[in-house]
Amino acid sequence: MSKNDIKVALIGNPNTGKTSLFNQLTGLNQKVGNYPGITVDKKQGVSKLSATQNALVTDLPGTYSINPTSLDESIVLKTLLHKDVETSPEVILVVADVENLKRNLLLFSQIKDLEIPTVLAINMVDQMVKKGISIDLSILKEELNTEVVLISARKNEGIKELKEAIIRCHVAAKASPLCNIDNKIDPNYFQKLKEISPNHSMYELWLMVTQNNFPDSISKEEKTKLIEFKKDISTLKKYQHKETIYRYQEINKILKKTYIIDKTKASDLRSKLDKIFTHKIFGYVFFVFLLLLIFQSIFDWASVPMDFIDATFADISTYAKKQLPAGLLSDLITEGIIPGIGGVIIFIPQIAILFLFIAILEETGYMSRVVFLMDKIMRRFGMNGKSVIPLISGTACAIPAIMATRTISSWKERLITILVTPFTTCSARLPVYAILIALVIPSKKIFGFLNLQGLVLLSLYGLGFATAVLAAYILHKTLKLKTKSFFVVEMPNYKIPSVKNVFLEVLEKTKSFVFEAGKIILALSIVLWFLASNGPSSFDNAARNTIENVANQNVSKQELQQEIASAKLENSYIGILGKTIEPIIKPLGYDWKIGIALITSFAAREVFVGTLATIYSVGADDEDTTTIKQKMASEINPSTGQKRFNFAVGMSLMVFYAFAMQCMATLAIVKRETKTWKWPLIQLFGMGLLAYISSFITYQILS
Amino acid sequence: MSTIASLHIGEVGYISEEALDFIPLKLLEMGCLPGAEIELVQIAPLKDPIYICVNGSHLAIRKETAAQIKILKSDI
Repeated sequence: MSKNDIKVALIGNPNTGKTSLFNQLTGLNQKVGNYPGITVDKKQGVSKLSATQNALVTDLPGTYSINPTSLDESIVLKTLLHKDVETSPEVILVVADVENLKRNLLLFSQIKDLEIPTVLAINMVDQMVKKGISIDLSILKEELNTEVVLISARKNEGIKELKEAIIRCHVAAKASPLCNIDNKIDPNYFQKLKEISPNHSMYELWLMVTQNNFPDSISKEEKTKLIEFKKDISTLKKYQHKETIYRYQEINKILKKTYIIDKTKASDLRSKLDKIFTHKIFGYVFFVFLLLLIFQSIFDWASVPMDFIDATFADISTYAKKQLPAGLLSDLITEGIIPGIGGVIIFIPQIAILFLFIAILEETGYMSRVVFLMDKIMRRFGMNGKSVIPLISGTACAIPAIMATRTISSWKERLITILVTPFTTCSARLPVYAILIALVIPSKKIFGFLNLQGLVLLSLYGLGFATAVLAAYILHKTLKLKTKSFFVVEMPNYKIPSVKNVFLEVLEKTKSFVFEAGKIILALSIVLWFLASNGPSSFDNAARNTIENVANQNVSKQELQQEIASAKLENSYIGILGKTIEPIIKPLGYDWKIGIALITSFAAREVFVGTLATIYSVGADDEDTTTIKQKMASEINPSTGQKRFNFAVGMSLMVFYAFAMQCMATLAIVKRETKTWKWPLIQLFGMGLLAYISSFITYQILS
Repeated sequence: MSTIASLHIGEVGYISEEALDFIPLKLLEMGCLPGAEIELVQIAPLKDPIYICVNGSHLAIRKETAAQIKILKSDI
């Protein structure tokens, strides 16, 4: 990125192929950052416009107008209104769908009135013949008073011309309004508005008033005057309505001269597919089938690469142990860092597969049909048809799921969705469930074909969803939030997903998971290792005391080693921590070692398995190859002489993990999205309490 | 008087001029304009939301919104 790059902002309605165009312009040169002060991801990329000129392209969230109704859309308004030499766009590239040009031009006309140089890219022109559309480009350019380029982002057509148009537009720096709304609505009113600040266009000032959003470029005095205009809300509303009608009138006039559509050529594929996908029985059958397919692939297909990753990291660790000189640093690398990284990498297959499905469903246009099918059901629980997407994504990871709630415009429905999403069984719970099920549930068939272990796992998923929905219902009835619930979803045309778009989406989402959650998991693994291999003076004496204690007994060298190891662990910092909380967790059937795993799980659930691995292997014999599962299975509860991980303890632990809010990364995201610590704290304590009580009941009944 | 909510699947109406104040701005911006032809494409299995086509936009809206927008039916 250099200073001479043209700053281009990409704006358009959803489903216009904006993402395809962004990918086409920037290729793999993209990165995701955050807008300063706000929480929405910003996608940027560098595009080579010509041999000497690059552009820094920012992809803004899809929107139908610059009057926002959701968090996503408000980004567009902020970017346009808050001018800043460093970041404000110099050229705006509006993407429009050739089939829906009329509606797309509404957004274009608003942006044009902000008096910023604008290029219009009419996308999907490869469909024109099929749809019976013809456009008179030269008249359209003249009427819109702007650069207009016909492109097909998917087929990579017209991109070169578009790049040239961006350069021309930047050089000319010509910017004039398209619709002079003031003359048509109330000239006096708008004249007064205009006089407040000569440095801003009339439309900018109008937006500040209607959207109650004032940039720094507005002085205190000017702001006071603008607020005066806001007082008469009914006039404001009336004028906004009039403005929209007037814009459509102007657009219709222009399109009449330049745009012809032969309606007889409209394909009925959409209506045929809609009849199937929104059918009252088949629609749901298909949706359930799809969900089963997604779950099947997450568990089945992902297990192959996951086993491979698991084995590879174990090998790397063993190899590093042999190669590195013995010492503290070597221990840190082989027992802290390598397993820590492995613990993150292992989730990639599952996360990637889930995002692959979601990306395909979004790209094809099917997701909108799911929203349509589910809205009524979800509304009963205080949510929205759009809440289905976060709840499904939650089975991979709550972090991207919570970010996906941004499209829900009602604050109450969005908040409820955010609060209950962590109940859905995320992939981090999976290794915990997997190992506990393997330990306490016998692998046998019931009714001759159902695998009991699989059935338990499925029930845990059911438990997660049921709790999420129930919690939503309780929140719906108790939260006293007054928000207007307004719902409108576009049902886009069905499309064959673009491989490039899907690939880049999966790549980006997976990458952000690895870095966001990975940082925390890795850092924790190191802290954990440190706490387990250090302690107060009793830790240093542990080895000597053990040797003295067993001096008269006849023990083998190996037994002695293990005695020392467990004595060391017991006296390490983490052992002390686990012992401190032991009285609290004893009624749930847990000992101090499980206690340690519970503490570390509060950073991220999957750390449970890793922690137990650390607990049982730190200081153990290097040649020891027993797997973690075998070690857990042979662990004895000294007070009963029975197995530590018996049925009651295993079930109690699974219930605990199903309910408890044990993910620091999710809490951080909830804080970011709700802008207060109130909601993440309510989640932490509410879910924690539920987990404690449920596990207590489970253990007491089963033991 | 009929509203969008009273249309049957496949039926076409015209949004009444007096409906303007009852159309949410967002819907207006998406092409749901007074005078426009509107078709009810589909009703969700649980009778709500409904799926309409207006000015080339295919939209799903809730019944409560639809019931506020008056239309004129083409009585043919």
